[in-house]
Amino acid sequence: MKIMDKQEIEKVLFSLCKKILKENEDLDSLVTVGIQRRGAILARRISKIIQKLKGGKIPVGTLDITLYRDDLSRISYQPILRSTDIPFPIDDRCVLLVDDVLYTGRTVRAALDALLDIGRPRKIKLLVLIDRGHRELPIQADYVGRKVSTSPDQMVELRVAEIDGEEEVIILDGQKDEI
Amino acid sequence: MKFERKDLLDIQSLSVDEINLILDTAKSFRQVLERPIKKVPTLRGKTIANLFFEPSTRTKLSFELSAKRLSADLLNFSSSTSSVLKGETLLDTAKNIMAMKVDALIVRHSLPGAPHLLATYLPISIINAGDGAHEHPTQGLLDLYSIREKKGKIEGLSVAIIGDITHSRVARSDIWGLTKLGAKVRVCGPPTLIPVEIEKMGVEVVYNVEEALAGCDVVIMLRIQQERQSASFIPTILEYREFFSLDERKLKFLKPDAIIMHPGPVNRGVELPAKLADGRRSIILNQVTNGIAVRMAVLYLLLT
Repeated sequence: MKIMDKQEIEKVLFSLCKKILKENEDLDSLVTVGIQRRGAILARRISKIIQKLKGGKIPVGTLDITLYRDDLSRISYQPILRSTDIPFPIDDRCVLLVDDVLYTGRTVRAALDALLDIGRPRKIKLLVLIDRGHRELPIQADYVGRKVSTSPDQMVELRVAEIDGEEEVIILDGQKDEI
Repeated sequence: MKFERKDLLDIQSLSVDEINLILDTAKSFRQVLERPIKKVPTLRGKTIANLFFEPSTRTKLSFELSAKRLSADLLNFSSSTSSVLKGETLLDTAKNIMAMKVDALIVRHSLPGAPHLLATYLPISIINAGDGAHEHPTQGLLDLYSIREKKGKIEGLSVAIIGDITHSRVARSDIWGLTKLGAKVRVCGPPTLIPVEIEKMGVEVVYNVEEALAGCDVVIMLRIQQERQSASFIPTILEYREFFSLDERKLKFLKPDAIIMHPGPVNRGVELPAKLADGRRSIILNQVTNGIAVRMAVLYLLLT
């Protein structure tokens, strides 16, 4: 079931960026870091929008959390290691961590640990396009594009042009095995 | 793609896809080594033992550091201070270490096939860290990684391996890896140190160094194993140096951007002069750094 199309995704990202600009007192120290893979793509788009709105450059990095997962010995498949590429210091910066779907919170926990091994940001804020509930850890996002109520056996997927050739958010029924 | 193996015993049995998976994974770990905190929690709770029945500096320390960078616990065993001296067999030694709930054994032994034997009888992961003159797969993989890093690819490159091919497990692992990935390999050395029928591994045998170096992108110099020279494979070290060492003059036969490699330990002034070992073409120390990333990749792929 499709719950967002291209226009809606654009609109939501745009309004999130406006909210960030309104609430952040120190935009000069802002950097974005996207969680591989779709969070990384969203982070790039968000940086672009903020740059357009306020001028200046917002550095973008990508983060792979595989090495920090808490379920490596439990899952049956071996996740592909993708690159972590944060080509700027994050010490004393305000890091906007970006992911597509917030679910159990375990990915974000891993991302926080990974970020803290790379440096000591002054602040980390979390932005997600979709919050689908069912948290297993006490983690909340600072910026949420849309809240969606789901059941645990459903799967929420963002599809982006860069990877999937189309732009939409869909809910699939009866599939598990996602973090 | 999933790495389905329990053990890493040789490069000969690895597929091209498996080799590339290891090299690509190593790239991610190479980047971890540049961070202020060079450690990830991936193998927390796993225990790995170094089982070395032969001396080693680089390989042993490199595996130890790789395991620690992945947050695994590591035990060090060396035969010279163990009950092996009381006559305990290889298999019994390994079984006893396994009984201490160890997840992987890194094995170096003077007998070819020793790690294979352990892999056959033990359910835990066995990693070959050099078995006799057979193979040294992680050295082969780190050589491939280092070449790929400098040259951007392996396919189509010309590589010369020079020195004592007969006693070199590094040469065998390099030959398997390089030929699988599409490089052209030449081996060169004194006829007494070139194994009969080595051509069957897909390499060209040349006895003249200049001819071997001609047009090569990469030259791998092997250590002349002085501890094995009692059997008179070469008349004297001086004569060997005269014919088979690398020097400024012979360098001109290589491609202008060619790189010099050596698995270490270097006999300075024998295989190559200090000036070349430390010179701009030499990537000998890059090999050592890359070795950690490659071994981290191997441990990660085998143990997760």
